[in-house]
Amino acid sequence: MIRFVFVRLMRAVITILAVVTFAFVVLRMSGDPAQVMLGPDVPQDAVDAFRKTWGLDQPIWIQYLAYIKSIFTGDFGVSMRDKASALRLVLERVPATLQLTLPALILKLMIGIPAGVYAALHRQSFADRGVITLAIIGFTVPSFVMGLVLVLIFSVLLGVLPSGGQDTWMHGILPTITMSIGGIGILARFSRSAMIEVLGQPYIRTASAKGLKWRDVIWSHALPNAAVPIVTIVGFMVGSLIAGAVVVESIFSWPGIGRLLIVSVSNRDLAVVQCILLIIAAAMVMSNLVVDLLYGWLDPRLRSHAGH
Amino acid sequence: MSAAKPDLVALRDLKVAFDGVQVLHGIDLNVAKGEALGLVGESGCGKSVTWLAALGLLPGKAAVTGSVRVDGRELCGARRAALEEVRGGRIAMIFQDPSSSLNPVLRIGRQIVEALYIHRGLRGDAARVEALRLMDMVGIPDAARRFDLYPHEFSGGQCQRLMIAMALAGQPDLLIADEPTTALDATIQAQILDLLNTLRAETGMALVFISHDLGAVSQVCERVCVMYAGRIVEEGSVAQLFSEPRHPYTRGLFDAIPRIDGPRDRLIPIPGTVPNPKHLPAGCSFSPRCPRAVDACGSDYPHLEPQGDGRRLACTRPVPVVTRGDAERRIPEGLMS
Repeated sequence: MIRFVFVRLMRAVITILAVVTFAFVVLRMSGDPAQVMLGPDVPQDAVDAFRKTWGLDQPIWIQYLAYIKSIFTGDFGVSMRDKASALRLVLERVPATLQLTLPALILKLMIGIPAGVYAALHRQSFADRGVITLAIIGFTVPSFVMGLVLVLIFSVLLGVLPSGGQDTWMHGILPTITMSIGGIGILARFSRSAMIEVLGQPYIRTASAKGLKWRDVIWSHALPNAAVPIVTIVGFMVGSLIAGAVVVESIFSWPGIGRLLIVSVSNRDLAVVQCILLIIAAAMVMSNLVVDLLYGWLDPRLRSHAGH
Repeated sequence: MSAAKPDLVALRDLKVAFDGVQVLHGIDLNVAKGEALGLVGESGCGKSVTWLAALGLLPGKAAVTGSVRVDGRELCGARRAALEEVRGGRIAMIFQDPSSSLNPVLRIGRQIVEALYIHRGLRGDAARVEALRLMDMVGIPDAARRFDLYPHEFSGGQCQRLMIAMALAGQPDLLIADEPTTALDATIQAQILDLLNTLRAETGMALVFISHDLGAVSQVCERVCVMYAGRIVEEGSVAQLFSEPRHPYTRGLFDAIPRIDGPRDRLIPIPGTVPNPKHLPAGCSFSPRCPRAVDACGSDYPHLEPQGDGRRLACTRPVPVVTRGDAERRIPEGLMS
């Protein structure tokens, strides 16, 4: 077990390092921060001075090594724009993002899974077809379309909900709903297919043949088995809690991490972008790790494969 | 038919259709208290479907009609609660693939205790003690230590023993064993057959043994039904069917199995395959493969009729009865070609 966790942790570190390296290289290849920050008509010596200040005049591999070294000492760099600690800037935005993503996650779980399970238990029924149709609409309509449609209906036509900003809890409703719809659709579809798969298994027939009530067959025999694939998707959703929704935050002018990312990318604010990507990668990798551990808890067969 | 013992289960004109395709064409069958009945036939002939239908275990798209009576109580079309009471309690069932028939994420002890709670109201320590007794009874060594293990930690043969223990938990009057040894090694098969015989002797429960293995059937059963394409084609005592099969299909089944004793004869396979239920031939379903078929077989379906010697037979042109001594290994003219 300890070996299993150790191997996974090592793999996690390598994954994060790969993301960080990729971000580092691509950001430096995609445009010169000096040009973006200072504007097009700035004299060359000002540009050179800016480059020297931020170490951009060094060869890229020296910059990279310095960056990696500072990461391991807990220094995530300084924003070129605000001259403030990049990490602090990012962490400041975390609560705002979680205000949207946590309620959205709860909605996804509370609506998506029961809807999928219900559909699986009533296959080919009207309700089943309804769930499938809504689920497909839910995850195929892009969030920027869904967000705008909701704004059109609830803000413009009905005038009951604000279309942007972060002033009251009412402002969070539309972005939260927009953000949850896709996930509800995905979870409903996954739960449905996982449940249908499990219901066709011989051990479900055994449980029925034993004389168990249908309700108990579902609760104690089917659901624990269907949980494994569902947990995979939920783990992915938990991992993206921090990443939030770049698009949705932009539509609803929500000052979360997604907005910060967009602004920082367009400003070529290297340290901030790298810090955000690092945190997102870390969150993803961590939730994957937790999912792997959960598998073992949910399915004893995997537990013994992981090796005691 | 065992006239002396009262009937435990009576199937009358049991029919099953999947999406409009008839797969079971009216099964009439009685199981007496304490008897061991074999159900044989090739894969897909409806052996398992018969009993899954009787217990209401087929998926929702299956249309089941006819009558299933357990001690006179009708099960076909009964409420779910009535079915749940019979399942596991009066009639228990074990299946072909024991490893996947046990729930992989639940401890084995819990799966047995569950059955004890439903049918006998046992819980806590009492349930544990009884579950351990059952595990012991079916030959799981060191039951106390293995009570909390998961199914994947047992071998296939042990899983089948555990399935049997779980089936016994409800003290059933009838155990349906649906190809219980097909997925197991030959030596383990023999052990499971022994176990079934022992348990039947100890508990007095009836047994329906579904199999395509005639040898296994002869070891555990007293009476045999031969099924073909969703119908019973011949029924009689094991001795009758083994020494003197009358239906050409029954005869074909025996000719297709190798014999260890006696002269080394050529095996005679039954030509062709079981017909697709969607496109059953007219008349007798077996007629296209039958060496004895005449024109009439292709138009009239022969009904299952009681014969003078107590068996039931559905054939217009059965294998003739031959005088003793000659009966050991005849090859009727038709099969020679």
